Amino acid sequence: MRKKLNEVNSGKLFLSGNEAIARGAWESGVHFSSSYPGTPSTEIMETIGAEYPEIDAQWAPNEKVGMEVIAGASFGGARVLSTMKHVGLNVAADPFFTLSYIGATGGIVIVSADDPGVHSSQNEQDNRLMGRAAKVVILEPSDSQEAKDFTSIAYEISEMFDTPVLLRVTTRICHSKSIVEVGPRKEVQVKGYTKDIAKRVPIPSNARKMHSRVVARLKALEEWGYDSPLNRIEMADKSLGIITSGISYQYVKEVHPEVSVLKLGMTNPLPWRLIKEFIDQVDKVVFVEEGEPYLEERIRSYFLIDGIGSELMSVEGELNPELVRKGIKDGENLAITFDEIALPGRPPTLCAGCPHRGAFHTLSKMKASSTGDIGCYTLGLMPPYNALETVVCMGAAIGVLAGIEKAVGREKMPKLVSAIGESTFVHSGITGLIDMVYNGNTGTVMIMDNSLTAMTGGQENPTTGKNLRGEPAPALDLEKLVLACGVKHVKTVDPHDLPLMKRTFQEEFDREELSVIITKRPCIMQYKPKRKTVAVHDPDKCVHCKLCVKLGCPAISWDAEKKIPVISEILCWPNCNLCVQVCPKDALSKDLEGVV
Amino acid sequence: MSKVKNIIICGTGGQGILMASEVLCSAAWRSGFDVKKSEVHGMAQRGGSVSSHVRFGDKVNSVLVEKGAADVVLSLEKMEGLRWAGYLSPEGKLITCDLTIEPMTVNTGSAVYPDVEKIIEETAIPNLMIPVMDIAKELGNLRVMNIILLGAASKHLPEISEKRWFEAIEERVPPKALEVNLEAFKRGKEL
Repeated sequence: MRKKLNEVNSGKLFLSGNEAIARGAWESGVHFSSSYPGTPSTEIMETIGAEYPEIDAQWAPNEKVGMEVIAGASFGGARVLSTMKHVGLNVAADPFFTLSYIGATGGIVIVSADDPGVHSSQNEQDNRLMGRAAKVVILEPSDSQEAKDFTSIAYEISEMFDTPVLLRVTTRICHSKSIVEVGPRKEVQVKGYTKDIAKRVPIPSNARKMHSRVVARLKALEEWGYDSPLNRIEMADKSLGIITSGISYQYVKEVHPEVSVLKLGMTNPLPWRLIKEFIDQVDKVVFVEEGEPYLEERIRSYFLIDGIGSELMSVEGELNPELVRKGIKDGENLAITFDEIALPGRPPTLCAGCPHRGAFHTLSKMKASSTGDIGCYTLGLMPPYNALETVVCMGAAIGVLAGIEKAVGREKMPKLVSAIGESTFVHSGITGLIDMVYNGNTGTVMIMDNSLTAMTGGQENPTTGKNLRGEPAPALDLEKLVLACGVKHVKTVDPHDLPLMKRTFQEEFDREELSVIITKRPCIMQYKPKRKTVAVHDPDKCVHCKLCVKLGCPAISWDAEKKIPVISEILCWPNCNLCVQVCPKDALSKDLEGVV
Repeated sequence: MSKVKNIIICGTGGQGILMASEVLCSAAWRSGFDVKKSEVHGMAQRGGSVSSHVRFGDKVNSVLVEKGAADVVLSLEKMEGLRWAGYLSPEGKLITCDLTIEPMTVNTGSAVYPDVEKIIEETAIPNLMIPVMDIAKELGNLRVMNIILLGAASKHLPEISEKRWFEAIEERVPPKALEVNLEAFKRGKEL
């Protein structure tokens, strides 16, 4: 048995940025953490849950609640952590901005995991802009070792300067692994709660004073940054000076090791004196940063200097070594021996056996559709379903449906439903449903309950009956909740019962009152079937209708020559029989023997 | 200072790419190298294209392999291998499983699965095509395909000894599956 990481007190580990942040929190004596999952941040909490029992860690229903709970825990004198994806910070922005004024009794570190390149998100916002707007300290590590070390320094800064610290990381920090030197946990006492109304109640008269303290705090930190280990000048060829932070630093070192570099680990407030020393020594300044030209705009306007960066590389997408090599010195990239070959795309799809397939297949067959939300079920937009038409943010499926109805009338779009997962519904869909009841909407909301927060890799949530550590927890009863919101018609159905799904949708399309359909079937990540069974196709019975292929199941492909479906024995999911249901001639059956 | 080795492991979500790159990184680290790897989680893992970049050497900075720099591209699915072939260096080699997993764009008729063998021949990409399904079935375990692929790759990564590979595999697979995985590695190496 491998040792749990809390038993490893020294030596080196091969850690992802996320695992390193969890380690850094543990070594810093963090007591408490509350977060909502979101790619690319999720594994920080999962690592804490699996490896570091000394930290009391829990999933929150959403990022705002997570931030509020850690705020309270900090008031109680605990060292606290909350992690989220970039758009999660939008949800938590309200407590975030005011927590900056209130400050940190126990150290507060908030991780924003940004997703340049939009690998698994709906935008590529750069949260350094959020951190600056909230006037908090921003740290940007450039590899896993720094992810751990900066987390520890963040707690020191937080308590020394009475400020929350935003640890801003990006996908290539979170999901890259490198070697990390680790240390033991430093136990820190929980300070306990002390009544301090002037500090924690930002009524206007207090808030003005708080703001003054924030401004002074930033000024002090500016100077602290001058000789802090977070920022450093690596002087080399002085004809070119690169100012950079985060993962971008590594790309610069990779492709242009000969140039001078100012590496900023703390990017708010900026250490102006150090920056001045650097730019005075080099002939030309170039900024290399991923995302918005944050450093470029601030530094150029502060010193009124020339400097380039964003126009050489890009504010869109991820940075990479090619862009940096070509961008910095009008250089040439490595020779490409084999040209890129045009190939069919391979977009993500609902898994074989996915419970969402039954719902989207039925909507598609009924020429019906949905307003969508954030989760695996967003994939309902893909062919062959084309049954999800809008996505805005977590929870928006319901509000958007309500608004479309207000604009064009339900009678014009009787077959449009909301598609929202159970975790997303709890996150921020509930208020949308209350709005629909309150303002007299009549549409149908479909809550797709797969008993898991699935897209982020499978986390528990308030409906699953388990907490972050997999221990039993009270399970939220969705039906009762929906009824309590004032919805009169609620039905729970199995989305893989296709005739029932069709009947249910038709009933609700015809109904002139608001209703909720809960489709309930566990995600395939939730359980491992005991027996491996696969669907078997009998070519003699097949009428070549392709109805099975139109399910959009990754396990079913079409043999164009023989005009028959081919079932992948690797991908076919045992506890699913959708293809058997749609076959009009019983040409498909489940083989109980199967392979392996 | 020795040159950094660049490897891309690719395929489709759920094929064991991340596990294969873990084994490779562990074997390289055990051999005394600095190692970095990068991959993407989340939506791509739902059956989409998945890739993992692995780099090892005396000192590694970038987590990403540069286009034109890959020593080996390892692919668990043959079209995905072609997708990343542009990353190969002039001396690089594409090592790919002969497995076909049709993407939804092909299943639904909006695209045609390419004739991979023909394209490889026409473009003269140095390659090794592995009959992975046959070998896996002979071994009686469909889950060892990624290890067969690593075995085939090991010949191109002489910096890592077989002993280190075996240790890395042992670290990652459950004890009862160790023997079949080591056998899979050897079969790959023989190719």
